[in-house]
This record gives sequence, C-alpha cells and structure tokens, in this order.
Amino acid sequence: MSTNRPPARDIAIVATSQTPSYRHFDGPEPVMIMRCVNDLLTKTGLERKDLEFTIAGSCDYLSGLPFAFVANIDGVGAWPPVYESHVEMDGAWALFEAWLRLQLGDIDVALVIGSGKSSPGRPREVFPLQTDPYLMAPLGLDPVSLAGIQARCLLDAGLASERDFAEVVSRSRRDALTNPNAQVAVDRTVDALLSEPYFCTPLRRHDLPPISDGAAAVVLAAGDRARELSARPVWIRGMDHRIESHHPGLRDLTTSVSTALAAAGAGLHDGPIDVAELSVTYSPEELVLRSALGLGAGVSVNPSGGPLAGHPVMATGLIRVIEVADRIMAGNAGRGVAHASSGPALQQNLVCVLEGVA
Amino acid sequence: MARRSAVIGIGQTDYRKQLELTLDGLVRWAALEAVEDAGLTLADIDAVVIGKAPDALEGVMMPELSLCDALGAVGKPIHRVHTAGSVGASTAITGATMVESGRYDRVLVVCYEKQSEGNATWALSGGRSGGQGAGGTFAPWIREYIRRSAAPEHIGWMVAVKDRRNAMKNPHAHLHLPDITIEKVQESPMLWDPLHFLESCPSSDGAAAVVIASEEVARNAPRPPAWIVAHAKRTEFGSFPGRDTVRIQAGVDCAAALYKKAGITNPIEQIDCAEIYVPFSWYEPMWLEGHLIMPEGEGWKLTEAGETEIGGRFPVNMSGGVLSSNPIGASGLIRCLEAASQVRGTAGDYQVDGARVALGHAYGGAAQYFAMWIVSSEINPVF
Repeated sequence: MSTNRPPARDIAIVATSQTPSYRHFDGPEPVMIMRCVNDLLTKTGLERKDLEFTIAGSCDYLSGLPFAFVANIDGVGAWPPVYESHVEMDGAWALFEAWLRLQLGDIDVALVIGSGKSSPGRPREVFPLQTDPYLMAPLGLDPVSLAGIQARCLLDAGLASERDFAEVVSRSRRDALTNPNAQVAVDRTVDALLSEPYFCTPLRRHDLPPISDGAAAVVLAAGDRARELSARPVWIRGMDHRIESHHPGLRDLTTSVSTALAAAGAGLHDGPIDVAELSVTYSPEELVLRSALGLGAGVSVNPSGGPLAGHPVMATGLIRVIEVADRIMAGNAGRGVAHASSGPALQQNLVCVLEGVA
Repeated sequence: MARRSAVIGIGQTDYRKQLELTLDGLVRWAALEAVEDAGLTLADIDAVVIGKAPDALEGVMMPELSLCDALGAVGKPIHRVHTAGSVGASTAITGATMVESGRYDRVLVVCYEKQSEGNATWALSGGRSGGQGAGGTFAPWIREYIRRSAAPEHIGWMVAVKDRRNAMKNPHAHLHLPDITIEKVQESPMLWDPLHFLESCPSSDGAAAVVIASEEVARNAPRPPAWIVAHAKRTEFGSFPGRDTVRIQAGVDCAAALYKKAGITNPIEQIDCAEIYVPFSWYEPMWLEGHLIMPEGEGWKLTEAGETEIGGRFPVNMSGGVLSSNPIGASGLIRCLEAASQVRGTAGDYQVDGARVALGHAYGGAAQYFAMWIVSSEINPVF
C-alpha cells in the first residue's frame, strides 16, 4: 500500500467559517451554507468565480429527502456553471478530496463545505439505517446504544471509570463557555454530573451530544496562492482516513485501530502537537481517541467544547479542522491535529495534521 | 505536474433483478472481477471509492459503512461520492484524481444500485409521493428540442431500437429484446409524451467496478490499460429564469473543458466511439449537440443516418447503454468502463474496430450535473 506519502504540493487553509450550532435552524440548509460562503468571500476578497473547485459533504437522510444535497448548491452559487462535487460524508472527507485535487497542480483554490440539519428528524430512529440492513438494522441498534456498548467495554476492561466520562463532559462544556458557536455550554462539576440518572446505561444524558443544525466551510489554496490570500496560512501537513469492520463483534471497541492507522498516515507523530480537536460525540470516545492518537497530558483537547457542545452532523468533523486552524491562524498554537469520525462506535476515522509555519 | 492514471481492470455484474444477492454480494462480484482483470487481489488495493445515487433508493444510509467488509476495505480509506445520476462517472473521476494526486497507486472504484429493493420513481421525485419521476422532468425539454430542431418523431424510436439491438451483444445487459422493432416502440404505451415505454430505461440491479492505477503500475498490468487522457465535471442550478434546458450550459462547458484538456479539436473525427448517458431515447441527439459533437439542430441527423450504430461514423452506446441497463448509481461508471473496454479492445461482440479514443459520460439531477472522461489506448494520443 502506498498511503503514507507527503503531499505533492503544499496546500493550506486560508480562511474558515462556521455557523453557530443551532438546536433548530429556522430556515433551509442552503441558507446556512450561503452565510459561510459569503463570509469566506469577504474574508479572502475572492469572488465566486475564483473558487476553482467546490466540494461539499452532506447527508440526504438527515433531512429525509433523496437528493437533498442538490438544493445545497443554491448556497454555493452555480451560475455560470461551476466545477464541483459532493460526498455523502462529513465535510472533513470533502476536505480530503479537495486536498488531493489541488495536488494535481492545475488549479490553486478550492471551497470545501460541510452541512447538516438533524433537527427535522429523530436521530435515534434515523441512524440505525446506517447499520448492515440484513443482520443489524432489524435490531434497531442505534448510535446511543452502540456508544453505550463501547463505554461498557471500557469499564469492564478497567480502562476507564464513569468519573472519567463525566470529567470529559465537565471540561468540554465549561470550555465551550468561551466558544460563541457552542450550543451547550455550562459549568458543572463532575460530582453534579455523576449524580444524574442513567439514560442508556452506563451513559447519562450529558454523555451524549446535542441534536444540532449547522454548516462550516473553508477555502483551501496551494503554495504561493495561499501566501497571497492569507498572512498566516495553515498548512495541511498530512491527512489520512481508515475504516474498520462494520460488525462491532469483530472489533475491539476499547481501542481505535483505524484512528491509529490514520494518524500514522497523516504524519501525526512527526512533531509535537499543541492542540487537538476530536470528534468526541459520546464522552467515552475521548479516552479511546486520546489513546489511539498517543496524545500526552499536555495537549489541549477540544478547547472549543467539541461535539458535546455542538454536533451539526456532516459539519462536525470539518468544524474540528476549523477550530484547530483558527487557533493556529491566531498564533495560539503551532501544530495541531483534527479528527473526524463516521459510523457507529468510531467505525471510520480521519486525521488531519495542521501547521502554521510555512 | 499531475501523474497519469489508467483503467487496468473492469468488473460488472449482470444487470437483471438480483433478488438472490445482498448488496454486499453485488458489490463484491464486480469488485473481485475488476481486481482479477487487473492481475491483483483486494489486498493490493490502496483505497476504495464507492458511488451510488440517493441512499433512499435502498434505504441504507451511508452504505460504505456496511459494505467495507465485502470490499476488502477494512484498514484502508473508503470514500463515498454522491452526485445524483452523474455519480458513476463522478466516482470514476474521483478515483482517477486520487491516483493523479500521487497519493495512491491502485484505487478500486465501485458503484451500484439495487432498484428492486426500493422505489426509484418515488426517490427521483425527491421523496414525495405523486411525483413526476425523471421522465416527467425531461419530457417537456425533449419536446422543446424537437420543436427547435424540427427532428422527426421516429428519431427517438430509432435510438430505442439501436440500443436494444446492441444490448443483444452484451451478456450483462438487463434488457434483451430480440424482437424489438420501430413499430413496437411506437405502439408501446405513452409514458410522458413524447416518450413511450420502450423509449425509457429499465429499473435494474447491478454493480460495476474499475481499478485505476498509476502509470508505472499500468505499464506492468497483465492486460492493456485504458489511459485516462482527460476528465471534466460541471454543475449548474436545476432551475432558474431563462435556463436553457435543451442546450445546457454546464454540459457545453464540461465538454469544452474535456476536449481542451485532451487536445481534441474536432470531436466527431477524433473520438472513435462514445458511451453517453441516454436514459430516454431523445437524449442521444440532444447530447450529441449539447456536448459539441454535432452542430446545433443536427444531432438527430447523425442518428437518422445510422451513423451512431456500431460500424457508423460515431458509434454511441455500443453496450446497449442506459436504455438497456440502469442500475442508476452504477450507470455512469458503466459508461466510463465501457469506453475503457473499447480502447482496451475487450468489448467482445460490440467492439468498435480499431477504437483508439473513447468518451464516457454521465449526467444527473435536473440535467444539471455532468461528468465525462476521455480514455485512449495511447497514453498521449496525437490528434
């Protein structure tokens, strides 16, 4: 396999934008996208025609409409016709494809979008449709139950305690108090959290992410074009993603083999890490991911609050990239890692390593 | 400078209704054939790209998650594309891009649809009941084409017959209609005026796959590679005041960009054959014009003269096309791989003699998404 090569060209994030994470956005998804795109055009001084390639990530099933993604191009602008594509994945995978596309060398600027509206549906009824339709979906096994099974594996293996889960929640939602885009930000002690009843044993309601609507977008540029567009471009040093078996019984749920492989493929361990934004949609996942990524105690994890503070599915992963990039652009971090995930119990994972120095 | 890429393996299921196969079995069939054709095993594959039309067609959300085991993707990257009906060609282009970027040397591209497990016309109507379906969207635009071009009404019937006769030579094709005639097409029920039942694509099950490889790998492949000379994509809004829904600007722009990249200046002379997404008969002449192969208003004349038949001046849909097999999400990839098969010289009974350069094409949505590639038996064909 040939997946651990350095990029053929240096590609950087030159501008980022995200909507707040809304419990219910009072309008269609393309409006959220349009706000991000307009914001990016203002920040970069680019015009729509300067965006040589656009790629978006979204999911029809969230809004319950086949071809829902087609309406999203209203938020991008597709007249005159544009060169664009779409992944039925989190926007972080759209970023991955755009990063590869710019390495071809014939174009220099790309727009990447992730968006989702979970509020119209009931995620615990929708997401079981992600599972194998013959053997698993008929069981109605939903993501919360699968996360509960993962948490139980951690507890039974002696790798974590319920207090550890509560500490993740307490810290994340306290950190979210300084994040203007956060949906759930609150300062609660670990003991207060542990006094709450179980929701899906061993998980309490606060171990779950909120249901959210939101969108996020970035402008990518290559080499000198990136330096023209930003005083402090954030370079993508490496990116990789891997998947594991779909069947939970075939996996060790106390670890994340795919995250570790993706981290190696992205060159995570080639230098120190100042900040990490991880797709921790259920609090126990942070323990699994920290371990798989080999993050030391000194690394700031999810200073934005992470998905426990706002989880617009299909934008959540791209927002992790943005939260790291924003801190590097602001000079508050030098090198960071963003992580995105898809599927039940961290089945598929993407790792992106970002750095501020040219 | 981007690296080059080539198709080195092709796999296809049969496209009839596959009630005895799971989705996993369907995609694995195509994938195993493709890697075997490439002289590889699934273990040799660096990354997998999977494409299909809306998840709601089978009711499985983000199916790459449950299909990764069957595709041998565990421990690897798997990437999922969805660009409506154009998705098969878009997925092929994403696979080519992944190799051209320098990241991967062997990418498996798999697309599928299993229409027998869902209700495509419901989904194609945006998930609302009482919808008009794809034919209902396209019929008024086809009528406008007929008005503008003054094409005689038998053109559509001719395309319907030609593609089904071609399909008789393709063992994978869903429809095998040995007795089809112009009269039978004309007498079949009117679905969406001017489209008769026999001028419409079937609802098919099936998967298709290709292995796309780097130049070095392709040069050492056991069978001739189909070099990917150029690819292009364009998208426009599906509806806006003043939109030309006959000669669609995104389609014109996509073709122009494709030919420019390939160095093609006279498509009808320099391209030997084409697999074009024709789900309803009239789209053959419409795309011949809309993709700059024939002058405006004259596409139907090429069809009428029999020049789009195998052996004609510009053969179109030698495999039988979408009119004979339409596993929607795979249909665009089938166009692309049939084009590749022609330049590899492996198209069997529907091989175009001496095919050197071929066009693969798909469109989708409200005829608003376009994805096309040019493949050749030569890495740098000179025109």
